[in-house]
Amino acid sequence: MTDQSNTDGPTGPAGVNPGRSRLSPRKRQRISRAIQYVVLAAAVVALVFFVNWDGLALNFAKMDVAEQAFPDVFLVALKNTIIYTVGGFVFGSLFGLLLALMRLSSVRPYRWIATVYIEIFRGLPALLIFLLILFLPLALPGFQVPGGTYGQGILGLTIVSAAYMAETLRAGLQAVPRGQTEAARSLGMSHSRAMVSVVIPQAVRIVIPPTTNQFVSLLKDSSLVLFLGVSGEYVELTKFGNDLASTTGNATPIMVVGLTYLLVTIPLGYLAGRLERRQGKGR
Amino acid sequence: MSHAVEIRDLHKSFGALEVLKGVDFTVDEGQVVCVIGPSGSGKSTLLRCVNLLEQPTKGTVIVGGVELTDPDVDLDAARRGLGMVFQSFNLFPHMTVLQNVMIAQRRVLRRGKAEAERVARANLEKVGVAAKCDDFPSQLSGGQQQRVAIARALAMDPRLMLFDEPTSALDPELVGDVLAVMRALADDGMTMLVVTHEMSFAREVADRVVFMDGGVIVEEGPPEQVIGRPQHTRTRSFLSRVLDPGHVGGETPGPGAPGEAPGATG
Repeated sequence: MTDQSNTDGPTGPAGVNPGRSRLSPRKRQRISRAIQYVVLAAAVVALVFFVNWDGLALNFAKMDVAEQAFPDVFLVALKNTIIYTVGGFVFGSLFGLLLALMRLSSVRPYRWIATVYIEIFRGLPALLIFLLILFLPLALPGFQVPGGTYGQGILGLTIVSAAYMAETLRAGLQAVPRGQTEAARSLGMSHSRAMVSVVIPQAVRIVIPPTTNQFVSLLKDSSLVLFLGVSGEYVELTKFGNDLASTTGNATPIMVVGLTYLLVTIPLGYLAGRLERRQGKGR
Repeated sequence: MSHAVEIRDLHKSFGALEVLKGVDFTVDEGQVVCVIGPSGSGKSTLLRCVNLLEQPTKGTVIVGGVELTDPDVDLDAARRGLGMVFQSFNLFPHMTVLQNVMIAQRRVLRRGKAEAERVARANLEKVGVAAKCDDFPSQLSGGQQQRVAIARALAMDPRLMLFDEPTSALDPELVGDVLAVMRALADDGMTMLVVTHEMSFAREVADRVVFMDGGVIVEEGPPEQVIGRPQHTRTRSFLSRVLDPGHVGGETPGPGAPGEAPGATG
């Protein structure tokens, strides 16, 4: 830097101010920023003038249509979304913990089974699982998923989330230092006692932030219940919005539903971030 | 008189690397034995073989008359009588100090809550951290954590205590507190097997010092002999490096370690 200004100075055109011929980095930065603001302003102006705001508002934010969505969007749709999500999350966590322990097992076939399950269901689109669940009664005549429609939705989400939870929990279990197990064993605890009292509680703490994110993504995946052909009291948010949008011929209900999702997902996202930071400090 | 610890022809390999190449030694009831030696000499592995945290490749380990290397032995039961203190403390970070000292009493010895708490408090008192009962390990200094770890082991009423470099992870000014606790324990007649780099501790507290190098015991005997008048060249060169780290060449016995000069040339 200093070298450059030194050599630039004398070669400049008989200047009072050496280095004036070239733009200083500070000036260059200023010009660049001015250009960015101009582009932004142009884009805003273009949006205001060329977009048909009235048409958009009529289709996406029509108040009287929005009013029809209440209060069922909360009392039925959001409630069901939460039932499907929490159900899938709870069963997925339990099944996922089992898979994680199987993956770390000393019995080789257990490791194989867990690995195969995880690889398959992490690699498949969640939608595919839901479509397959629809065919379960055909494949197994007389078989009913316990819990009816709720059961089917929760089953689908459980199958998907267990695979992800298993990997998260396995990472958590392995993140607990080996010295912890050694200390527990040296005190005379059995392997399983050490797992229950010492390793699993610490692993759970380690995986709380990633698990919160998993919950958010599961909440979004619960929209796939739509494909189970649910109706009436079983609809969750997306199905609810889609149905109302069809009957009113207007997209406003989908916007309402979208805002309802955000009402839950954004605070959860912040919560996950805070937990992550707190953990970073605590350890 | 039966030995508290008896080890015969102990071998341990990690893959192709043979860490212990045939170790025989014993610890008697009430004795304090310090194991010294350069890093990688196998001394920590030897200690970890005593309570079978490491499974020996070959050889016999008998502790308190029970052969731990017998595949049918109830290791969990045997380990109850063996306290172990680790270099990195290994306290359970999700429990308070008191819970750390209580958990194994409750879950392993099946002591009632009141009794476990009484024993825990008594032992925390003994190691001088009774005031920290409700703190979490992360709130304690290294020296305090290590003393809690000692209390946690003592709460199980062990017949033998194993110490794996208990002061190596500590800031120098915190070493003294931990050594004082260990010294008091030795004075109470506890049988102790200590892997350490603290030569002054070994010299003053140990009944016997074992010098290991390259996976074998090179020299053992009373501290004044092994540390004071070492017979083997390897022992001598190790001691001169430890006692006077400033003079690796070992020409002039400088004023390095306080009061520990005579080991260098004898």
